[in-house]
Amino acid sequence: MIVEAPASPLARYALRRADDALILGHRLSEWSAMAPTLEEEMALSNMALDLIGQSRALYTYAGEVEGKGQSEDDFAYMRREREYQNILLVERPNGDFAQTMLRQFFFAAFAYPYWLAMMRSTDATLAAIAAKSEKEIAYHLRHSSEWVLRLGDGTAESHRRLAEALEELWPYTGELFAVLPDETALIAAGVAVDPDTLRGEWEATVRAVLERATLAMPSGGWMQQGGREGRHSEHLGHLLAELQYVPRMIPGATW
Amino acid sequence: MYTQALNQRGEGDERLLEDAAALERFQARIDAEERIEPNDWMPAQYRRTLTRQISQHAHSEIIGMQPEGNWITRAPSLRRKAALLAKIQDECGHGLYLYAAAETLGTSREELLDQLHSGRAKYSSIFNYPTLTWADMGTIGWLVDGAAIMNQIPLCRCSYGPYARAMIRVCKEESFHQRQGYEIMLALSRGNDEQKAMAQDALNRWWWPCLMMFGPPDTASQHSDASMRWKIKRFSNDELRQKFIDATVPQAHFLGLTIPDPELRCVDGHWQHGPLDWDEFARVIAGHGQCNRDRMAVRRRAHAEGEWVREAAAAFAAKHSAQLAAE
Repeated sequence: MIVEAPASPLARYALRRADDALILGHRLSEWSAMAPTLEEEMALSNMALDLIGQSRALYTYAGEVEGKGQSEDDFAYMRREREYQNILLVERPNGDFAQTMLRQFFFAAFAYPYWLAMMRSTDATLAAIAAKSEKEIAYHLRHSSEWVLRLGDGTAESHRRLAEALEELWPYTGELFAVLPDETALIAAGVAVDPDTLRGEWEATVRAVLERATLAMPSGGWMQQGGREGRHSEHLGHLLAELQYVPRMIPGATW
Repeated sequence: MYTQALNQRGEGDERLLEDAAALERFQARIDAEERIEPNDWMPAQYRRTLTRQISQHAHSEIIGMQPEGNWITRAPSLRRKAALLAKIQDECGHGLYLYAAAETLGTSREELLDQLHSGRAKYSSIFNYPTLTWADMGTIGWLVDGAAIMNQIPLCRCSYGPYARAMIRVCKEESFHQRQGYEIMLALSRGNDEQKAMAQDALNRWWWPCLMMFGPPDTASQHSDASMRWKIKRFSNDELRQKFIDATVPQAHFLGLTIPDPELRCVDGHWQHGPLDWDEFARVIAGHGQCNRDRMAVRRRAHAEGEWVREAAAAFAAKHSAQLAAE
């Protein structure tokens, strides 16, 4: 049973944020048993758990809004690549620890002011999800910033790796601010936040941390887009093949 | 997750060199159920036995993350994925505070990890079996954690204070993991035919290795005497194995699963089992389990690949503490 895209713009909006959280959480969970220290093992799992938890709340809400009885698992396990609408940044492969942490930092530097602003959403459920997510993402931002500093200003090797990660990931940061046509009415109604209003804070955070990490903030350049419209990189299909394998193998089962 | 009762090599008898009166006072404290704390005097062999047991336990927690980690990305629902991830995180946490408990005896975490990576230290052999289906996540929680709890509840009263206190917390979390595993099995056994077959297959593969987690039979176990006398260990391997079987067989029946032992029968309220394959046990400990090499390779790779990160953190800290000192 394949789940179709919801008709309701609000459900679609919630789904996109859920997809961001799930895919990034899934990527972090791929680090299990591979972290550089045991303390970092705990931290990566913590962030993965927070994000998967956020995705569950958002998927559940999308199902409620749509009103067709779709569960969180229907959305997570029964949609195809083209129906996933996460941004490309979160599906980037983990790479080395520098790439993972910089990806986390870029995402959290956006998600933190985003959820903070969403606490004032006129939609009570989104506002409640925001209140919980904001606290979690504040930790992700602090943790990833600290690592960006340590790696940038650590050894020659860690600096080189972080610089490579910056070059690799920078083109995926533009999509953080993408707005789809069906979202403008939600923004006008105060249900959703206009991401453009968060751009200044994101840039200030990123610039400050990169500078302290002795790296220059890239300026402009071509920005990759497409995830929000279901045009993904080749990486997402493999992630979903793994994620969805068991329920697809034995359809209709309860786990 | 679990420490395995391994036969321990005999140690040279330092007791001859140690003050007989101090030994006597030490034993009297143990007999009076007093807790031994890090700064207290203790016989060298007591220190060594505990360091080995606690670090082996810590290593088992860390290596034990791998067989379950094998299913995080493939868990069949988001609820199961989150629960599995949280469980594996708990295991890492257990590893951390067990290393901390071992450090109170004077060996650093780095040295203990080095013993693991170089193959000098052991971890529980149960983790050298592969996890082949989702049902293995249920079975590991139910049986492997169940066996671990049987072993660890008595350790909450271990004579060494830091270990005993760590075990209280570990046991609370393990019992939650065990219920979680059983709940996975319950969902499978109430599911469709494929799910039921998956559950039975997992039980068939894990039953015997789980029984061997308690270690060799008492008749072949060499080193329980000192551990018993020092109240590090309070029950024999066979006693714990019997407790586990008696608790587990009715749970399997409730699930509608068959224990893969044609000789299993209940005598005077206790379940008697057929012969265990101790040759297999010895083979797996000797390094010939299906996953021994893989588990160690992953652990060594994680450590090696993390080296530049740890170096960066150390360099950053050194730089900035020097700056702070200069200011």
